[in-house]
Amino acid sequence: MSTLTKARSIPTKVPSPPRAVLEVRGLDVHYGETTAVRDVTLEVPENQVLAIIGPSGCGKSTLLRCFNRMNDFVPGCRVEGEVLLDGVDIHRSSLDAVELRQRVGMVFQRPNPFPKSIRANITWAPRMAGFRGDLHELVERTLREAALWDEVRDKLNESALSLSGGQQQRLCIARSLAMSPEVLLMDEPCSALDPIATGRIEELIRELREHYTVAIVTHNLQQAGRIADRTAFMYQGVLVEVGETADLFTHPREKKTEDYITGRFG
Amino acid sequence: MSEHLHRDLQQVRRDVLAMGGLAEEALDLARSAYTNRDESAARSLKQLDRKIDRMQLDIDDHILKLLALHQPVAGDLRFVMAAMKIVNDLERIGDLAAAISFRLVHIVNSPPLGEKVRIDEMMLRVAAMLRNALNSFVEGDAALAREVIRTDDEIDDMNREHLTTLIERMKRDPDAVDTAVAQISISRGVERIADLATNIAEDVVFVVEAQDIRHPSLSAKAGEESNP
Amino acid sequence: MRRDEYHFEGFASRLVRRRAKDRLFKWAALLATSVGFVALAVLLVGVLRAGLPWLTADFLDNFPSRTPAKAGFKAAFWGSLWVVGLTTLICVPIGVAGAVYLEEYSGKKGFHKLLELLIANLAGVPSILYGMLGLIVFVRMFNIPAEDASFLGVQLPFGRSVLAGACTLSLLVLPVLIMVTREALRAVPESLRLAAFGLGATRWQCVRHHVLPAASPGILTGVVLALSRALGETAPLVVMGALTYVAFTPESVFDPFTAMPIQIFNWASRPQADFQSVAAAGIIVLLAVLLGMNALVILLRNRAEKSRIR
Repeated sequence: MSTLTKARSIPTKVPSPPRAVLEVRGLDVHYGETTAVRDVTLEVPENQVLAIIGPSGCGKSTLLRCFNRMNDFVPGCRVEGEVLLDGVDIHRSSLDAVELRQRVGMVFQRPNPFPKSIRANITWAPRMAGFRGDLHELVERTLREAALWDEVRDKLNESALSLSGGQQQRLCIARSLAMSPEVLLMDEPCSALDPIATGRIEELIRELREHYTVAIVTHNLQQAGRIADRTAFMYQGVLVEVGETADLFTHPREKKTEDYITGRFG
Repeated sequence: MSEHLHRDLQQVRRDVLAMGGLAEEALDLARSAYTNRDESAARSLKQLDRKIDRMQLDIDDHILKLLALHQPVAGDLRFVMAAMKIVNDLERIGDLAAAISFRLVHIVNSPPLGEKVRIDEMMLRVAAMLRNALNSFVEGDAALAREVIRTDDEIDDMNREHLTTLIERMKRDPDAVDTAVAQISISRGVERIADLATNIAEDVVFVVEAQDIRHPSLSAKAGEESNP
Repeated sequence: MRRDEYHFEGFASRLVRRRAKDRLFKWAALLATSVGFVALAVLLVGVLRAGLPWLTADFLDNFPSRTPAKAGFKAAFWGSLWVVGLTTLICVPIGVAGAVYLEEYSGKKGFHKLLELLIANLAGVPSILYGMLGLIVFVRMFNIPAEDASFLGVQLPFGRSVLAGACTLSLLVLPVLIMVTREALRAVPESLRLAAFGLGATRWQCVRHHVLPAASPGILTGVVLALSRALGETAPLVVMGALTYVAFTPESVFDPFTAMPIQIFNWASRPQADFQSVAAAGIIVLLAVLLGMNALVILLRNRAEKSRIR
């Protein structure tokens, strides 16, 4: 687990630059002939929520997947440039991809719990990795962190598929937290959920900031406004602008950014 | 959905300009009434002021709905905030113009003071300030707006001059008190209209450059940070 | 403005015709379905009528004989069980592993595409060719080993044994098994794999704990399909040398054997009318075994689905 910095409840400006847990420098990603991400340099600061916004096809999900090398599973995908976790290049160093994914967790667009019990969903990965602690404690702790404990404490042995969409997504978050990651990547985690479920997960994300670093891809601008400390805007594979969310939303520097967030395109 | 927002924004822009036109008209009426010592202008100014007040209510209502439904951001948001403030300022300009006409009754039946009271000229300049401020709003011309802001100092000087002159006069000639006090009041009213025109210009700079240039004497501006 | 005034002229009358066509199609489809069904029913009834009277305990206990009354199915029954059992043991691990490799581990490179193509084509090869292949490769082993050589205690060549038969049938059945298993693996949603990888699992962990369990109903279906085919194949076994008149049951995998379809074929080609009925009795037993296998698989599938929830 990363060291704790003081908890903040409102996105405000940061007094001194926080450590960058994840970093990309000069990142290019190609799918065969097409270039999806072009020369992106970006930092993900510790214990903050970074939102990545942009129109469909701008490369934001591709960029997110670079952080935990999930692009390795996309055939024909080439990654050039540096991706650093705590200063270590995740492609070139001896850092194993499997270990990387334990330190950088991911929550997907559609909830995808395993077709097993709620308890098994949470304990499977830690057990695979050799967890030796108290599994019960692990289950309760992560479910509490994901604000799901009270709703499922009495039915931990029931199938995860019996939960509602919002609950399943929170279970997926708990499942990722069980690996004690440093960073949590979220790819449009609320897009398949109704507004109430979305609201609960947004609140959860705000609380997660205290112990984890979060990078979230979202196409919902208001969501970025609600939960992100910093926001990055991407367009056609290029990082157009990145900055404090409040600044980006009141006076963006780039005209493209302004046009996008005021709805003139995209 | 953004189409809807942009149409609404355009409507607000048109309404603010229409209201600005009315305010200019009110100021113009007040000036010619002053120059021609015409106290009957008071009634038409009163009606004009009510029109202006009604427009304030309408525009504020539109803006409220726009904010609730569209949650504008960035340039659109700054524009809406500025529009709200400009509408308020225009409404007060209308009130001030009407108030000027009410003072005229004290001046009309008295002989001219003959002092170097250049209220006519002052009103002309302030009318120009208001016109330029509104133009800068239409054109998004921050340079023009800044010029308006600079001109405010001249107006303040003129007002101080009038005050000094008229107080002198009152000390020397007690019979002139009615007229002099009315003149002082009118001068101050015009000076306040100039301040309001300056406010409008500052709002324009905020919209165009995203900079809040009010109260320059306060050093660290809130919310300002050099973007990394 | 009412609909048929504007664009939809004559809507009501067309609707009647459309409904009529709809009904017509439904009945035509039903008819087509029932043709196969009816044919099967007729066949079954015929077989049952002919064979049931001859389905006695003796029949199941006896060995074949010259006289219909004393003819028995024992050798064939146990022979089939031995061969198909061994086939299962051989082809299921190979088939599932092969499908897992092709589906989960291979890239989309040219070599693997070639492999896919070959396997798909092999599925369509006539079974008698497999018989010949089995004869040369397993029974005689290219005539290389001496007649009674052995390797690590295993007799070489395999000769006309259960082992050779099982190997031959495995080859026959493997392409289909691999294809069906691959389909089952493909049907597992990618999101499941991504979830596992996202948590830091290796590919093997993902396949073993998530993909295979999720695909197991489909895989079991494939296995049953494969084994049903193996159970019913006559030609390859005849070519590779299963005996047709056998008066013993196998006791080891190296023993010679016969199989149910072969025995049935043998009886059916005899001139005596009674032997036809004996053949019918054999068919009933064969069908019963097939049904039993299918029922077992359904049971296993249900169990698998329930246990996944734990």
